Amino acid sequence: MNLDWVGWLTYVCSFGVLVLVQAVACLGLNLQWGQTGLFNVGVAGIVAIGAYASAIATAVAQVGAVGLGLPVPVGCLFAMGIAGAASALIGVLTLRLRADYLAITTFGVAVVVDLVARNATTLTGGPLGMSAIARPFASLAVPLLGHALITLAWVAVVVLLVYLGLERLVGSPWGRVLRALREDERAAAALGKSPTRYRLQAFALGGALMGLAGALEAHTLGFIAPENFTAAFTFQIWAMLIIGGAGNNRGALLGSLLVVSLWSVTGLLAGSVLPPDLQARGAALRLVAIGVLLALAILLRPRGLLGEQVAVSRHLDEADS
Amino acid sequence: MNLQVPMDGLIEGSLVALGAAGVTLTYGTLRFGHFAHGELVSVGAYIALLVGGVVAAAMPALRVTWGGATATPALAFGLLAGALGAGALALVLDALVYRRLRERGATMTVAMASFGVSMALRALLEACFSARPRYYSEELSIAIDFGFARLAPDRLVVLVLVALVFAALGLYTTRTRMGREMRAVGENPLLAQVVGIDVARVVRATWWLGGAVAGVAGVGLGLLVQIRPSMGAALLLPMFAAAIVGGLGSLRGALWGGLLVGGGEALAVAWVGAEWRAAVSFALLVLVLIVRPYGLFGRAT
Repeated sequence: MNLDWVGWLTYVCSFGVLVLVQAVACLGLNLQWGQTGLFNVGVAGIVAIGAYASAIATAVAQVGAVGLGLPVPVGCLFAMGIAGAASALIGVLTLRLRADYLAITTFGVAVVVDLVARNATTLTGGPLGMSAIARPFASLAVPLLGHALITLAWVAVVVLLVYLGLERLVGSPWGRVLRALREDERAAAALGKSPTRYRLQAFALGGALMGLAGALEAHTLGFIAPENFTAAFTFQIWAMLIIGGAGNNRGALLGSLLVVSLWSVTGLLAGSVLPPDLQARGAALRLVAIGVLLALAILLRPRGLLGEQVAVSRHLDEADS
Repeated sequence: MNLQVPMDGLIEGSLVALGAAGVTLTYGTLRFGHFAHGELVSVGAYIALLVGGVVAAAMPALRVTWGGATATPALAFGLLAGALGAGALALVLDALVYRRLRERGATMTVAMASFGVSMALRALLEACFSARPRYYSEELSIAIDFGFARLAPDRLVVLVLVALVFAALGLYTTRTRMGREMRAVGENPLLAQVVGIDVARVVRATWWLGGAVAGVAGVGLGLLVQIRPSMGAALLLPMFAAAIVGGLGSLRGALWGGLLVGGGEALAVAWVGAEWRAAVSFALLVLVLIVRPYGLFGRAT
């Protein structure tokens, strides 16, 4: 009985880590889409860039594999830099053009990243991926549950910092310019704000956060493979944001919790109810369920559960009264 | 002279062009990138598999083949059903999802929703048919040596099919009233409405046509490679790249863009290795975005 309880708590911790890691990617997407209206279909690709960058940066170089042997926090920063730079490059190419070009190019980036992850074996480990990635505090002599709790704690601290930083940014004049551009580009441009420059900044920063999410995934699981970063992953992050409420950072967090919960519960159900030969089909049906949920959310509740908070001015209420 | 690589490129490219034609039609009229277009391709292929199989079982006489091809007259019924079915699916998707969002005026939300639709459709196909690859025929289409290249008869069937569809599309968009109205709506929807064009009807015709062409592409792809739930999704980037390279909204552009992508892929397979093939579309896309973002046959706006 006691053992069961420990196992259950360990599961809850790893579930929490999963929610928090994906929440970081969702917060990045919220900055791009929710705040700025930039359509990124290649979330999985950017997250994968971060995951592989940090895994390679922290790995110890050996025969047949590349590694820089850097500490984990440096690896995370490196991942953010590379993913942010890649996003900036995509932005430079496409942000001056039609909105669809950005979407299609990000889709292409995800395809190419997947291709590189699968085929550049010396760098990425190929289809089998990379394992034995450095995990912080892994050397501490504590039981499994202790490790789970420590991982949850340090990831939670990172997510809290990201959340607080984003809330500050969104409320700052910079964040207001982003929303102004999203709502009415011409009006914002008439006030002297360069649309391309601000969008580029938001896109690159959102991409850096996605890179961080990838690095966190690598350093919490200790294992990454191309299969972790398919279009279904992108789709999941989008579902989180739309269901939680685009434009609201708390919505992004809530959406992550809901979608990962739905994913885990349906996964457990499918695993216990369906016979083994139907498991793959059951997994496919889970995606259909989330797809239908997403379509319904867009149609019936386009603002999501927690809609964007209208913040015209803090002083408006005072002026009214 | 060995023309194997150009011939391979021509045949692969013709299918990409067919897909791109659908993308460019929807984009030309509705101004949004339809991310579920690849699934229309897959759905067309699966419908053809089912209907072709039923027809072949019901009428064994239609199972004959000629000249070493594996495509049978029964599959022609499948092709028809696949095209009709994919076109009908496009109409249903528009009525259920896209039209409502379009009326709210958020173009990017429509594109986003189409991404969700794409995922759901692909997963649904996998739930129904499993991820196991299927084939229209268990037999092999043995390549014939033409001297300049070795070509399987099935590939020639596909090439002729694509040529016919493109000729029909070209005639339809330039010679019929509906085709001209489509182009008018693409140029300026408001003005089109003012001169009395029923825009809603044109939009339906566009979806139907784009879907049907995607269905044909699916059958062609299934005949050349294999039928899998992800077959259309794998064609999405080449299709988009071809449509943009040619110039979004231009049918001629889709044809040349598709052939360019196909040719590039054939070269990549010959020189670099088949595993890097998918990068060709991306490289072409980036090149065009830098040099000529409105495409070969598009106009700068």
